[in-house]
Amino acid sequence: MDVDIVCAGFGPAAGGFLTTLTRGLPLADGTLPQILCYERADDIGFGVSGVVTKGRGIRASFPDFDPASVPMAAPVRSEKVLYLLDPVGASRRSATLRTADSLLRAAGVPEYEAFELPHIPAFLEKHDGLILSRGQFNHGVGGQVMMSGAAQIWPGMPVAGPLIEGERVVGVQLLDHELQPGMEIRAALTVAADGPVGPVGRQLDEHFGLPEGHEKREWAVGMKMVIDLPESCPLEAGTVLHTFGFPEPEIFGFFYVHPDRVASAGIFVPSWFDNPVRTSYRYLQHYLMHPYLWRYIEGGRLRSWGAKTLNESGRRGEPHLVGDGYARIGEGSGSTNVLTGSGVDEAWTTGVLLGEAVLELLTQSLPFTKENLEAAYVRRRRASWLEEESRTAEKSRDGFHRGVVPGLIGMALAGFSHGRLHIPGAPHEHMPAVADFFSEHLDADKIEAIRVETAAAGKPLHDALMDAWGWPPIPFDGQLLVTQQDALLVGGKVQAAPGYADHVVFKDESLCASCGGQTCIAICSGQALTQGETKPAFDREKCIHCGACMWNCEHGNVEFRAGAGGLHSAEN
Amino acid sequence: MSYQIVVCAGIVPDPLQTLEPVSTPQGPALKNEAMLPAVLDPWAAHALYEANHLAKNMPGSKVYLVSLAPKAKLQQVLMTIAQKVSFELIALDGPSTGFTDSHDVAAALAAAIEAIPGLDKSRLLLFGGWESAARAAGATLSMTGERLGIREQFQGVDSLTVGSDGSFEIRERVEGGKHLVSQCSGAPAVLGWATGNLPEPPNSPQVGMQNMRTVMPALQKAKPAGVAVTQQYASVALPKQQRSTRIVRDVAAAEVARELAQWIRGAH
Repeated sequence: MDVDIVCAGFGPAAGGFLTTLTRGLPLADGTLPQILCYERADDIGFGVSGVVTKGRGIRASFPDFDPASVPMAAPVRSEKVLYLLDPVGASRRSATLRTADSLLRAAGVPEYEAFELPHIPAFLEKHDGLILSRGQFNHGVGGQVMMSGAAQIWPGMPVAGPLIEGERVVGVQLLDHELQPGMEIRAALTVAADGPVGPVGRQLDEHFGLPEGHEKREWAVGMKMVIDLPESCPLEAGTVLHTFGFPEPEIFGFFYVHPDRVASAGIFVPSWFDNPVRTSYRYLQHYLMHPYLWRYIEGGRLRSWGAKTLNESGRRGEPHLVGDGYARIGEGSGSTNVLTGSGVDEAWTTGVLLGEAVLELLTQSLPFTKENLEAAYVRRRRASWLEEESRTAEKSRDGFHRGVVPGLIGMALAGFSHGRLHIPGAPHEHMPAVADFFSEHLDADKIEAIRVETAAAGKPLHDALMDAWGWPPIPFDGQLLVTQQDALLVGGKVQAAPGYADHVVFKDESLCASCGGQTCIAICSGQALTQGETKPAFDREKCIHCGACMWNCEHGNVEFRAGAGGLHSAEN
Repeated sequence: MSYQIVVCAGIVPDPLQTLEPVSTPQGPALKNEAMLPAVLDPWAAHALYEANHLAKNMPGSKVYLVSLAPKAKLQQVLMTIAQKVSFELIALDGPSTGFTDSHDVAAALAAAIEAIPGLDKSRLLLFGGWESAARAAGATLSMTGERLGIREQFQGVDSLTVGSDGSFEIRERVEGGKHLVSQCSGAPAVLGWATGNLPEPPNSPQVGMQNMRTVMPALQKAKPAGVAVTQQYASVALPKQQRSTRIVRDVAAAEVARELAQWIRGAH
């Protein structure tokens, strides 16, 4: 099928792109190009993001934006940054942090085991910003685009990858279904907006490589819960809490209050967290139970849950933004600001800039060549606030590869010096083996015994290791603290459309058989991967397409292909 | 023989969501109902797939999808359903809570169907769900058929076979896993489908593109249906899953109606 423009993925970037583009259509001469956008998820509102944003790009697109008009949206009213101490004694803290904790406790400072920073650096604050539900926001934006009649957005239609002929991208290939082969959608312009682990963006990276000096090695799993707050919670809509220090020093957290007694709370588990037992879900539960947060949410109820992979390489992970017949926008284009921890508004803005560029080229009847897209899109991007801020942030997190404290100092240096100063550091090449990592607490025989015991019982190894490390068991209450399997059913059951092949494939089973880390199983956000006979067993019905298995396999043995389905929550 | 197949289909909250009944000043509802994604009523969706199948086998046939729902929600549902089968949309803007009066909804649907350009009632098949996931009473389809003057009505349909003479053989579900097999001379007829025998079609880009030619204009010009939730609900309870089929012959319609009325009085 031939169209003029095809877009892979519908998130904030595609929302900004299609909103901007369709507003300029039809052209003055009456031309109305045919524009299609394909989204893998079963609905355009099933994305995941804990959104607190300055919202500059969004407000520029919607000058009269009224948060009250979007469910779950609120203006930011108060903001705090909190250092969370370890109330359970299991957190892996460096000597520096242990000393800091002791000093804080000796000074009697930490009420509810937390220390509120007296000042929020300007580069971090989201003052005058917005708290949004990305799902609800996407719904509204997508609806407006569709009603314009100038573009079509099709959910439940996964794109398998780009169509590349020579060095030109000529469209996309839709995913095969057992009842029908995936169709070729040929287009003059292909827009890759399928996020950090989307098949189009990754295959473009593979084919064209990354610009010299660029690399995508920094990742994180962002996992969140939407919570109905108890009547006793005094927090007002618009409250924003940023946290660090617990459950592990490397794990940052957030807590945003939406209108109508609803909160979003979540954590980020980064790739530089050198723990092979990186089970985000359990860490998230320990995070919620921290006394500072628990006093607000105890008695509340889980309303929905979700997770995604974030590309935390920022500008350093920026791919070739354009080429003959294609352009990149959104998180997969390196737009996330790793210093401010902001991605949605940045992604939106990349889409707006491409929308303006495409309108310019269409108006001038210029083809979508690399040169023309460079002049129209890349030029706009380089001149925008996006570029300036991403350069400030580019090296701000390098210090975390030396430790949490150097990392925090590096962020501060980069933020206050506008990127002129930073603490250097390089990612570790290898994740420590389980036996090495736990050697201080558990001898090799004990670890092996746990491994045998959990395998026989069909239970997760990582949970047992956390127990052995000293993390207390989760007191499930069936309401807020529920098992991970139950979380998959709350607020929109995770679902996979029938007729599609498994999208997580292990390339070499012998590598899996000899892998002692099983990090892919530990990190799996939906418990879709479990211990199998020779390789991990994959349950498509539980996969939420976060893609964490891919970047957590240090052997590069996980092939994360295009797939269908995933989360069904529209509140995230 | 070709048909004009009109499928009446409401929309309902996505059953994969957590659905919690609540009472509101406007009446019974689901918690956060406005935010819940919607799907085509699964019962009616089966009817739509059967309609598409029949139309493909009967050259010259055409499928219409008539839906009364809030326009924005209906648009969201159509982004998926319009990729599955070909149809022409007739959209009515109004509440789809299931707490509207079936009489009012049937009147609105019948009026919309009567207004279809070139409607030929001798070729008309009115399809819908035998039951509904919309908390409605499940009576709307029958009442719509009556308003259109269609007397041949079947409920719980699992299959429709068209004879070479245009007659229908229809299998309706009855208790014990059995079917009641009926025959009628052909269109017009009302068929309230059970699950049918067809799988959910996969999404097709071509079908989506084709449908969009009529879907967006239909949504843009969708008029308010004039249906509102005006009743006061003293209480709401799940219906008891009771069904009792009795096959009788040569009984006057008035007698059947009298017996039904008596049963209703006795049941309530």
